Amino acid sequence: MSFLSITHVSKSFGPTTVVKDFDLSVERGEFVSFLGPSGCGKTTMLRMIAGFETPSAGRIVIDGEDVTDVPANRRRIGMVFQAYALFPNLTVHDNIAFGLMVAGRPKREIAPRVAEMLALIGLPQLGDRYPYQLSGGQQQRVALARALAPSPRVLLLDEPLSALDAKIRVSLREEIRELQRKLGITTIFVTHDQEEALSMSDRIAVMYGGRIEQCGAPFAIYNQPATRFVASFIGTLSLIEGIKGEGATVHVDGQPITLDAVPEVAPGAPVTLALRPEAVKLDASPDRINTLNGHVETSQFLGSVVRLKLSVAGGSVLVDTFNRPTAPPPRSGESVALHFGPSDVFALAPQEANPSALPAIA
Amino acid sequence: MSPSRGPREAGRASRAGPYVIVVVGILYFVLPLVATFEFSLSMLRGVWSFEAYRSVFSDERFRQTFTFSIVAALLTIVVGSLLIVPTAYWVRLRFPKLRPLVEFITLLPLVIPPIVLVFGYLRLYNSSSFLPFTGSANGTYVLLVFGYVVLSMPYMFRAVDTGMAAIDIRTLTEAAESLGANRITILFRVILPNVRAAVLSGAFLSFAIVIGEFVLASLLNQPAFGPYLALVGTNRAYEPSALAIIAFAVTWICMGLLQVAGRQRRKQPNPRRSIRSLLTLSRRARG
Repeated sequence: MSFLSITHVSKSFGPTTVVKDFDLSVERGEFVSFLGPSGCGKTTMLRMIAGFETPSAGRIVIDGEDVTDVPANRRRIGMVFQAYALFPNLTVHDNIAFGLMVAGRPKREIAPRVAEMLALIGLPQLGDRYPYQLSGGQQQRVALARALAPSPRVLLLDEPLSALDAKIRVSLREEIRELQRKLGITTIFVTHDQEEALSMSDRIAVMYGGRIEQCGAPFAIYNQPATRFVASFIGTLSLIEGIKGEGATVHVDGQPITLDAVPEVAPGAPVTLALRPEAVKLDASPDRINTLNGHVETSQFLGSVVRLKLSVAGGSVLVDTFNRPTAPPPRSGESVALHFGPSDVFALAPQEANPSALPAIA
Repeated sequence: MSPSRGPREAGRASRAGPYVIVVVGILYFVLPLVATFEFSLSMLRGVWSFEAYRSVFSDERFRQTFTFSIVAALLTIVVGSLLIVPTAYWVRLRFPKLRPLVEFITLLPLVIPPIVLVFGYLRLYNSSSFLPFTGSANGTYVLLVFGYVVLSMPYMFRAVDTGMAAIDIRTLTEAAESLGANRITILFRVILPNVRAAVLSGAFLSFAIVIGEFVLASLLNQPAFGPYLALVGTNRAYEPSALAIIAFAVTWICMGLLQVAGRQRRKQPNPRRSIRSLLTLSRRARG
C-alpha cells in the first residue's frame, strides 16, 4: 500500500471548483512534483495535504492514517514556504528547535538535533544569527532544516525556490534533492517551473484546471505527453498542420511524413503534428527519413545552442542545434531542409485540436 | 543673472522650508513645556526654586493618587493587550472581511465622549442592576480599568493591527502549525513577540491616556491622579505646573523602562527592530 494516498479529492471555494477529483498514490521516499500554470490547483492540493484547507470531497491517508479531518498541527508534516516564513524574533537555532520544543522534547535532545540539522544544510556556524541577517538562499535552507527537525512523515515544498535568484535556485534544488534522497523522506514539491520539476522529481503530476493531466516519470512526461496540454506545457513544441494519408503517413505541404503511431482520424482529415526543437536536425541521416523544406525567419545564437525559427508549410518550427565552431549558423532568409525520424514527431489528439484553449506555444 | 542660479536658489529654498516647519513644530510642543517648567520654579518670589516640587512631593495624596493611576495604567495595558492582540490576530487571520467592522467598533471611543460612556456604565452596572459593579470598591475599580481599556482601544487596536500588517501573519501561523504548535503557542511564541514594538507603542498611548484621565475616575469616585490634578489646579497656583512636569517626566521614564525591559528579554539585541519601534513610538507620541 502506498505511503501517501489521495483519493478523489475535490475542493470548491463557493461556486468555483479549484481541485477536481484528484487521485494520487505516493510511495515512501518518493519525490513527486505538482507542476502546472498558476491557478491550476497545485498549491490548494498541497495545502489540503498540509491541513490548511479541508477537502470538499475525498480522503487523504498518510501511512495508513486517515488525516482528512486531522488539524494541521497534528499531522506531523514538514512544510517549506515560498516566503521562507522563518520566525523573525527567533535565532536560526531557535527556529530549527521550534518544532522540537513544541513537541515537548527535552533540552538535551534538542541541542544535538539542531546541530545535526545545521550541519545537514551546511550552515553550522550560523546558529546565533537572526533570519534578517541571512541571504534568501540561507533562509530557505534554514526553513528546510526547521521543517525536517521534528522528523515529519511527509515534506511539503510550496514553490520554495521561486523567490531566489537563478544561480541559487539551481544549486539549492540540487541540495534539496540530495537531502531528500539521503533522508529518504516522502516529498511533495509544488512548482510552475518545468525545469525544476523535470530535474528533481521521481514523478511529476502535471495539473491543469484542477485536474491531473498526466502523472509519470519526467522522461515519460516529456517524451510521451498524454494530452495536448502536457505536450505544450512541458518543453517547447512546434505545431504543423497536415492531411492524413494512408496508414501512419501525414501529408504536409505535399510532402509525406511518416509517424511511429497511426493518427486516430480518417484518411483525408486534418492532423496537427508536434515537433520538439531538439528533435529536428538540419543534416540528414539514415534514421531521419522525414524531410521538410523551410526558410530561416530568425536565428538566435545562445552560446552552446543555436535556436532557429523556421517558416515551414505556413507555420513556424523551432529548431535547436548545437554550436559548432566550424559551421556558422544559417542566416535569415536562407533555405534549409529539416530532417527528423518517425519517433520524433507525434500527432496531437483531434478532440483537443482547439488552439485557442492552449497556452502560448512558441 | 546667470541662468544656473535660479534652480540652485530654488533648491536652497525648498531645503530651508522643511527646517522651518520642523522648528515651528518643535517650538509649538516645547514652548508650553518650558513655560510651565519656568512657572513651576518661581513659587518663591524673586528666586528660582524647587519649592513647588517639594510641596507636591510632601503631599501624601500626590503619592497615593499617582501610584493608583500608574497601577491602573499597567492593568489597562495588560487587559487591553490580552483583549486586542488576539482579536486583531483572529480578525486578520480568519475574518478579514470583518476588519472594517472591528475597526469601526474600536474607533467608537473617539466618537463617544467618556462622559457618555461613564453614564452608560453607571446606568448599566449600578448597585441595583444585574451586574452591580459599582456596588463595591473592587467592582468599581474593575469597572474603571475596563473603562480605561475602552478609552485606549482605538490606539491599541490601530498600533497592533499595523504591526500585524507588517509581518506575514498567515504564513507564520501556518509554518508554526505545520511544526505542531497549537493556537495559544502560536499567539504567545510567534505572533506576540513579533508585534512587540506595536504593542509597546499602543501601551505607551494607553499609559499616557490613563495617567491624565479625569472624567471616568472622577465620576466613578476613584482616587486617581486626574481628579487630584484638577483639585490642586483649582486651589493652588504653582503646584499644578510642577505636577504637570512630574507627570510628563514619569510617563516618559516609564516608557523608556518598558522599552529597555522589552529589549533585554532578547538574548541579542536586534538593532533594526529597536530603532523601528523607537521611531514608531516617537511618531505616535508626536501624533
